[in-house]
Amino acid sequence: MGTKQTKSDLPQGTLDLLILKIVALGPVHGYSIAQRLQQVSRDVVQVPQGSLYPALHRLENRGLLAAEWTQTQTGRDAKFYRLTRKGKAQLEMETASWRRLAGAVGLILRMTGAGAE
Amino acid sequence: MTWWLRLWRRDRMEAELERELRFHEDQNVADLVARGVHPDEARRQARLALGGPEQVKEQCRDARGTRWVEDLLQDMQYAVRTLRRMPGFAAVAMLVLAVGIGATTLMFTVINSVLLRPLSYPEPERLLTLHGATEKLGEFWGFSNPDLADVKRETRWLAVGGWTYGGGTVSAPGEPEYVDGRQISADLLSVLGIPVLHGRTFRSDEDRPGAAAVAIISYGLWQRLYGGELGAIGQPLVFEGKPYTIVGIAPERFELAGEVDVYTPLGQNTTARMQNREARFIHVLARLRPGATIGQAQAELAVMARRLAKEYPSSNAGVEMRARPLQQELVGNVGSTLWLLLAAVGLVLLIACVNIASLLLARAASREREFAMRAALGASWSRLVRQCLTESTVLGVSGGALGALLAVVGVRPFVMMWPGSLPRGGEVRFDSSVWLFTLTVSLASSGLFGLAPALRIRMHNLERALRAGARSIAGPSRPLQSAYVIAEVALAVVLLVSAGMLGRTLLSLSSLNPGVNVHNVLTGHFALSPNALANPGRIRSAWQDVLDRAGRVPGVESVALADIIPMRVGENTLPYWTTSTPTPANQAPVALASTVTPDYLNVMGIPLRRGRFFDDHDRADSEPVLVIDDTLAQHAFGGDDAVGKRLWVPALGPVPLRIVGVVGHVRHWGLAGDDQSRVRDQMYYPFAQVPASLLRLFSSFMSVAVRTRIPPSNVEESLRRALRGAAGDQALYEVRTMEQLVAASLERQRFLLLLFGIFAAIALLLASVGIYGVLAYLTSQRVPEFGVRMALGATARDIMNLVLRQSASMIAVGVLIGAAAAWGAGLLLVRVVDGMRPTDPSTAAVMTSVLVAAAMLATVVPARRASRVDALESLRQD
Repeated sequence: MGTKQTKSDLPQGTLDLLILKIVALGPVHGYSIAQRLQQVSRDVVQVPQGSLYPALHRLENRGLLAAEWTQTQTGRDAKFYRLTRKGKAQLEMETASWRRLAGAVGLILRMTGAGAE
Repeated sequence: MTWWLRLWRRDRMEAELERELRFHEDQNVADLVARGVHPDEARRQARLALGGPEQVKEQCRDARGTRWVEDLLQDMQYAVRTLRRMPGFAAVAMLVLAVGIGATTLMFTVINSVLLRPLSYPEPERLLTLHGATEKLGEFWGFSNPDLADVKRETRWLAVGGWTYGGGTVSAPGEPEYVDGRQISADLLSVLGIPVLHGRTFRSDEDRPGAAAVAIISYGLWQRLYGGELGAIGQPLVFEGKPYTIVGIAPERFELAGEVDVYTPLGQNTTARMQNREARFIHVLARLRPGATIGQAQAELAVMARRLAKEYPSSNAGVEMRARPLQQELVGNVGSTLWLLLAAVGLVLLIACVNIASLLLARAASREREFAMRAALGASWSRLVRQCLTESTVLGVSGGALGALLAVVGVRPFVMMWPGSLPRGGEVRFDSSVWLFTLTVSLASSGLFGLAPALRIRMHNLERALRAGARSIAGPSRPLQSAYVIAEVALAVVLLVSAGMLGRTLLSLSSLNPGVNVHNVLTGHFALSPNALANPGRIRSAWQDVLDRAGRVPGVESVALADIIPMRVGENTLPYWTTSTPTPANQAPVALASTVTPDYLNVMGIPLRRGRFFDDHDRADSEPVLVIDDTLAQHAFGGDDAVGKRLWVPALGPVPLRIVGVVGHVRHWGLAGDDQSRVRDQMYYPFAQVPASLLRLFSSFMSVAVRTRIPPSNVEESLRRALRGAAGDQALYEVRTMEQLVAASLERQRFLLLLFGIFAAIALLLASVGIYGVLAYLTSQRVPEFGVRMALGATARDIMNLVLRQSASMIAVGVLIGAAAAWGAGLLLVRVVDGMRPTDPSTAAVMTSVLVAAAMLATVVPARRASRVDALESLRQD
């Protein structure tokens, strides 16, 4: 299924982290999560919209997200997701571990870069 | 939301998913339109971006985590639909399983209730029974009262209580009736841990001679005589002509070796045998004290027995004392029979499973195209296997449910049918462990018959399977099919040969001469009027009166009294010597000693070999005489003529007894058990010569036996009436014909034969059906091959032989394996069943040939069908 035009493949498990981060900013529905992912990452991260919903539902089942049907400004019913306490804890934990990992990977890359010159 | 809640709200979840995705798409379209895209183009782009809606939904459903349940439900619905499309197969398979699982459940229920569940006493595992044992006699149940007293006094690890039989006539209040009674030591109930329902148990100061006469009565008698009034306590009860004061009511359903109505203190028994160390008539129950182990108790008993042997060599030399768990004692040899039957029903269930497996396998092969189609549509291999297993599980579990129903219905009749009475039979019931067992067996069976067909699903060669009419020349998986036939044949051989052996054993045992003429003989225990027991003279005349009255009953030919009736429970064994210088008691030979009146030989039809039997001249004041059976004569005197010789039997008095006659041996220990009995010698002594001091005691054992001219059951009522006595307080009870007693001695064998016969018949039927099914399938698979063969010149006869040969080789292998297993089963049966002979080749051959005949018959139909194949027609099929 390599036909989708993703500019960068998301590492395993990263999508969940990004979703949690976006939802942490306030209750939001699926479509605007997709929009924001695209906007904030300046189109670097392009999530196939089809895989967004299974991820949302999985997070909801794990109790990291809670969902509620409310009206949008335009007066349509939409399913709004918000972060649960458990989700918040998970987000903090994953953010910290992501930073550690990214920092470590960066260090290694810089080091090898210097060695190659 | 928990997974089952999500499952419950499945429809709502689906609707919400649909709405959520639609919202996403609409929002996207709106955005695109706002950016100036044409609405139709916007809709197209939005759809592309989201991806196929069904795939997205499917992934979302997976994310829900309830997928497996939904699949399971779907599979089950599909399985039920599939099974309903072939009601014949489903019904037969379910019925076969129901019988197999039902029988297994029933046997397990009985085993669980009788063997596995602890007794309903507090801390039942600490309860023991104590036994005496000598090398000569093996283990026996009794302790003598002095031995019991010594053990009680010296033991550190045990609380000990004793009891003995003591039934009698209750003459007031109410009508006189004979009730079963027990004499119990004061501490027996506390040893068992059973409190009385009302009142109190015996005090230790009441458990000695001369104390106030007190009694505990059963719940049943309390209801019968006193209407359950609490005022009954303190009331008098006239038992055996003596007034007792009721001090307690035993709890409902309390039993002590059977249902008992009256309990009296053992210590108030004043008969001479209470002081006799050789009179071992007391049953002993014991409870381990806190912290004690059975090993400590056994060691302690061994030490005490050795000390007693040293102190009282004449009575106790060589007598050991042993302890065994009470549960083991109560259940006795029932355990082996029950496990044997469970093994047998297990075999039947196994055959049933193999049978269904072979049918399912044949079906799986014919469903190859269906599976190929589904695989082509995207089903994974594991999904298809799961589907197959679900089908067999639906079959197995519904068969199991039906089987459980059969077990519930059948368990009462089974317990009633048990020869004699099943120990703890009243406690048989279903509990959670039974249902767990049934479920496990059902699931295991499902796996057993479902796994092989399911695992046969192949994912390659899809296109070949999909092509219509694709048939391979060699039928697929013939090894597996053959294995099924072989297994079925082998299992059926085991059951058939076992049933054959049991049948032969029963036949040969039934044809044994019991030693008595069993036709037209009626026997029954008899309780004299308590008034008659006042003194020896009155006892003698009362018994004479019984003989006279019984003799006048129409249809009665002759009457006799005896303390022991052949093949009935109850015996009295005494040591004897052929010289006046006795060796120690435990080394003397032992004989069954029975006291009888002169007509006993006529009544029982025992043949007189030499000399004479007793007559009216053998009286208390004449020379003591004895009649022995030919077994004793052979043992004691070899080839010499025993008549005129003397025997010393200390229990019957100090003077030697002169042997006046030799009679035939009677199979007292049952047609089956007599040969294996440790004691086989028999002697008779005249009732008239029983010492006056023992007359009262003996009167409580005596039975009346009559030979009749008409069917004995027709005499029973008039005999009962005639013997009621002047005061109407004498009773004839536990009346049996000799034919019933002989039949009862073979009940166990007959019962096992009946069940094994049924199992073997089922096995035979199932195996035949299975063989038919497998061969019909195999030959149908080989039709194209037969076509080719016939086109090449094979005759119908050749084809038929081909099929028959294939079947015969499978059956032969099955028979060989089965014969080996049957030989092993035979060894087991010999150990478990009295009178069983080792597997004899002729019986095994007969039973096996029955099976082979049935199996070959099941082969002939498919073989004939194969031989009628039209060569052209079959070749055109491909």
